[in-house]
Formats: sequence, C-alpha cells, structure tokens
Amino acid sequence: MNNKQSWIDQRFPLTKVINEHLAEYYTPRNFNFWYFFGGLAVVMLIMQLVTGIFLTMHYKPDAEYAFASVEYIMRDVEWGWFIRYMHSTGASAFFVIIYLHMMRALLYGSYKGPRELIWILGMVLYILLLAEAFMGYVLPWGQMSFWGAQVIISLFGSVPIVGPDLLIWILGDYAVGDATLNRFFSLHVVVIPLILVVLVFLHIVALHHVGSNNPDGIEIKKNKDADGIPKDGIPFHPYFTIKDSVVVVGFLWIFCAVVFYAPALNGYFLEAPNFIEANPLKTPEHIAPLWYLTPYYSVLRAIPPLFGSQFPGVLGMFAALGVFFLLPWLDRSPVKSIRYRSPIYKWILGAFVVSFIMLGWLGVQPVTPLYVLLARIFTTLYFSFFILMPWFSTLGKTKEVPERVTG
Amino acid sequence: MRIKLKLIVGLSVLLFSVNIFAASKVHLDHANTDIFDEASLQNGAKLFMNYCSGCHEISLMRYNRIAKDLNLTEEHVAKNLMFAGNKVGEAITTAMPEDGAAKWFGGVPPDLSLVSRSKGTDWIYTYLRSFYDDEERIFGVNNKVLVNASMPDILWSLRESQSEEEFDQSVLDITNFLDYVGEPAKLIRLKLGKWVLLFLGILFILAYMLKKEYWKDVKYGIWRPRD
Repeated sequence: MNNKQSWIDQRFPLTKVINEHLAEYYTPRNFNFWYFFGGLAVVMLIMQLVTGIFLTMHYKPDAEYAFASVEYIMRDVEWGWFIRYMHSTGASAFFVIIYLHMMRALLYGSYKGPRELIWILGMVLYILLLAEAFMGYVLPWGQMSFWGAQVIISLFGSVPIVGPDLLIWILGDYAVGDATLNRFFSLHVVVIPLILVVLVFLHIVALHHVGSNNPDGIEIKKNKDADGIPKDGIPFHPYFTIKDSVVVVGFLWIFCAVVFYAPALNGYFLEAPNFIEANPLKTPEHIAPLWYLTPYYSVLRAIPPLFGSQFPGVLGMFAALGVFFLLPWLDRSPVKSIRYRSPIYKWILGAFVVSFIMLGWLGVQPVTPLYVLLARIFTTLYFSFFILMPWFSTLGKTKEVPERVTG
Repeated sequence: MRIKLKLIVGLSVLLFSVNIFAASKVHLDHANTDIFDEASLQNGAKLFMNYCSGCHEISLMRYNRIAKDLNLTEEHVAKNLMFAGNKVGEAITTAMPEDGAAKWFGGVPPDLSLVSRSKGTDWIYTYLRSFYDDEERIFGVNNKVLVNASMPDILWSLRESQSEEEFDQSVLDITNFLDYVGEPAKLIRLKLGKWVLLFLGILFILAYMLKKEYWKDVKYGIWRPRD
C-alpha cells in the first residue's frame, strides 16, 4: 500500500490533496445548523448531474416530441418516474439549500474579507443556477414552460436599440419554438453544468485557502498551537465528513418524502398547467415563474414602465441580483457575525429577509393595485438594504468579539 | 429558536393549504378518490372505454399497462376494453377523424391522459356532474363548471338508469381511473415510499450514533481546545 501510494505521489500529489482538503483541513469546531448547506449543495449538484444524464438518454429535444418524451419517461422507462421526480424535486431542493447557504453568509458575515472572492464566485454560481433552472423548466414543453420562456425572454426585447435583434438572436426564431428548445437543451445539459462544476471547484479551492468562517466570525487561524494547527480547528475528515453524512441522510428523508408523496408539491414544484402541452395559440390565465425566481419577477413588475418601455423593470430585476456582488464592500461593520452586531443591524437584516420573502410571495400572485403597492414598498426596502448599508452597518454599539470560538 | 420553528411550521401549512393555481371561481365538489381501490379503477376503466374513448384519447397510456396495473388479463382487456386498437401494447387512441371532430364539435376533443394533473380530480368529478338543460346550446345542454362546453352530456343515459348515489359513484370511478391514467407511477411510489422513509430513518439513527461516537473526541478527547 505504501509503495503504491508513493508511486502515485511521485507522479501526482494525491496525499497532499487529501490532507489539504480533508484530513488536515482544520474546520472551526463550532459549526451549527447554518453550516449544513454547503455540503448539501454539493450532494444536490451531483444528484442533478446523475439524474440529468439518465433523463437525457430518453428525452427528445424537439418541439414535436419533447412533451410526450417526458411522459414516456414517466410511464415506459424503468424507474423513469423516480429519476424524473428526483430531478424536478432536486431543482427546487437545490434552491432551498442555496438560499439557506446564502442566508448563512449574511448572518455570519462570511462574505467579508478575506472571503470576498468566495462570495463573488458563489454569486456567479447562483446566477448560473437560476439560468440553468429556467432553461431546464422549458424542456418538458408544457404550457408554463412555453409561456414562462415567452415572458422572460421577451424582456431582452425591451433593451433600447438592440432589443429586437437581441431577442431574435436568443430565440433563434421570431418566437419561442423548436430552435429555442434545442439551444436551451444544449445550454442546460452541456454548457452551464460544465461551468457550474468548474466554478464549484474554484469556490471550494478559495474557501480552503482562506479557511472557513464560523458563527462567531472569528479567524481561527489567528490562534495556532505550537504545531501550527488552529486551536479551535478540528480536521474536516473524519469529524465533518461523518457529521455531514448524518445531515445528508436527514435531508434525503425529507427529499424522499416529497418525491414519493408530493412530487408536484401543490403546484410549487410542478405547476398544473405544465401538464398541458405547449400551445402558442392559448395563453394560460395566470403565468407565474417557479418559486425560486419570483422575488426578481416581483421587482420587475413593481417598477413602472418609462416612456412605454419595460426596460427600467428589466434593469431593476438584474440590479436586484447584481447588487449582491457589492456586499463585501458595502458592509463596513467592524464585526462579522450577527452575534456581535448592533441591535439596529439585526432589525434591518430582518427587514431585508422579510422583503425578500414577501417579494417571492407576491411574484406568484396576480397583479392587483394592493399587490403592486406592496411589491413597490418591498422593492424599495430591498434596495435600501444595500444602498444604505455603508451607513447603517456602522451604527449602534457592537458587542465585543471573544478571542476564541464559543460553544 | 422556538419562534423560528413556529415560523417554519406556519409557512409549511400555508404552502400546503393554498394551491396557487386554484384559479377556478366555481365551487368544486371534493372527489374522494382512492387509486388503490381496484374495483373502482376497473369499473372506471370500463365506463371510460364505453362512454369517453369514442372521442377522447388517452394516448400516453397503453392497453397492456392497464391490464397489468388493474389486475386484468390481456385477453380480457383486448375483448372488453379495446375498441379502437389492434394490439394490447398499443397506446389508447381514438378512431375519430380529426377533421370530422372539428366539424361535429368545433374542435378536436382533448387527450385526457393528463387531465387529472392539469385540472385536478375535483374538477373532473364536478364537471361530469354539472350538466344542465340549455336550449341555446347545440347539444341542448350546458355546464356549470366549463361554461359553453362543446361536449354533449354523454353520461345522460347512465344518470337516468341509476340512482343519484349510484351515478355519483360511477363518476367517481371514472375520475379515479383518470387519476390513475394521469400518473400510473402513483401506484408504485405511494406503496414504496414508506419503506424508503423507514430505511432512511434507520440509517439516520445509525449515522447519528456513529457521529456521536466520533465527536466524543471533540468533546472530551484529543480535539479539546489545545491550551
């Protein structure tokens, strides 16, 4: 064994990589619930890749056959229904996990120096994942696939001057159709997954270089023992590999409960109109994107058109995503963790989370004057959180951060 | 923490109780379907093939799949339920020509393979029981659920020959059958689910015990804070 290992190690840094990332990667001992979701996101990515490969074996990316081929998977392919439900439930589960993962960063200031690059890579991953999910939802070619695509893609047509040409370039046709379906298939199964995998790798490399943050927001590397090991760190393997295994099994329990007992989750994971084949001549009564896109859809609808153009809303929607990138530089608080921040900061962060959830809820509701007003209020709150952050993050009295991690 | 838990429970209740696409304004009666009721499914299949399949396809379904799932022999299905097809492995389509359908009904009657998933079982159950006389309409009937439906009241003879309760049961059987047709895999997943969850539950306990054992090091042993 030793001989063999050294043979490999002479040619490839296997032991070194294993030590750096697992056996000698020192992780803060005080991780809590909020630290479950990074590992779960990796599990989810693998699950989507594997189930996706099997779906691709049977799916037909053709406007004529796509819808029926999905039902063929559901009925005639051995265990096809299970693979498909894992993939469709997986998409929503992935976003639940990612949103909680991002919430962790907000709570404990994980985006602050020296982890700015991890945050930026994470944000790029998040946006790519939104694009991946959106294109994936078009593939079953149901009514919501078609009309959702129609609504979202037409936004690009509102860009001044180049809009109409841009729209045709994206669609590959004058309307959503076979050409659009085919290119979305290509992007969904090849291009975006490839970039996602590479970026996840970089996200983890960057994390393991600077080390993990923790609920106290303390740099454990500042307190090392004589051997150069952080006093509050424990090796990732076996302690967190074993702990994360428990988390993964617990997660799979909830996941399987949905897959086996409520795969459509009352229209939230699989929308009822999407069981009707795409029909360009028949607009559904109510078009709503899937839940993970709805906060941004709400922002889009909240911003009134200017000179008859929807462009301001489109800009607002992308700004709502883009503004996240600036977070490491907007936050000027001397402390990282919510545990030691000022009371006023806690309230404002709470208001932001409520705004985000409310915008998500409003995004699936029909447009009424009251809802438009609410969407405008929450959109304002949403952007105020970022714009005013350099000011309010320095307000109030922060608590003293301890030398060593607690708990 | 307790407040957080309450919030999570509250949100999940909201999630399950409000169907965001329940757009219909008409009150729908609840269809108490049970796809494990084999007799009901068999009767529903018989009624569907006799009354509905002349116009409506369920083209995503095969005759022999019905035989297998409903515990019928393929010969029985071929003899009693197969009116349009030739082979039991075929999809259940209708013999009605499309241009004829357009002329007679103003459009091709929809494929009902997935109607239970797009409209829901309550809708089907209520729709089929909501025809009323209306001389204005071409077939002399209208529908409370789907106003100006272009479908005739095809079940009228059944309604006249049966008591109200019997008729409701017949419609429920058809609804039940369509629920099965919408997702045959439901028969598998609902049966299998509890075993999967039981397995994962046991695995969770074992994994948790293993974690406890390993983390003793952190609590009492070698990975205590090194001061």
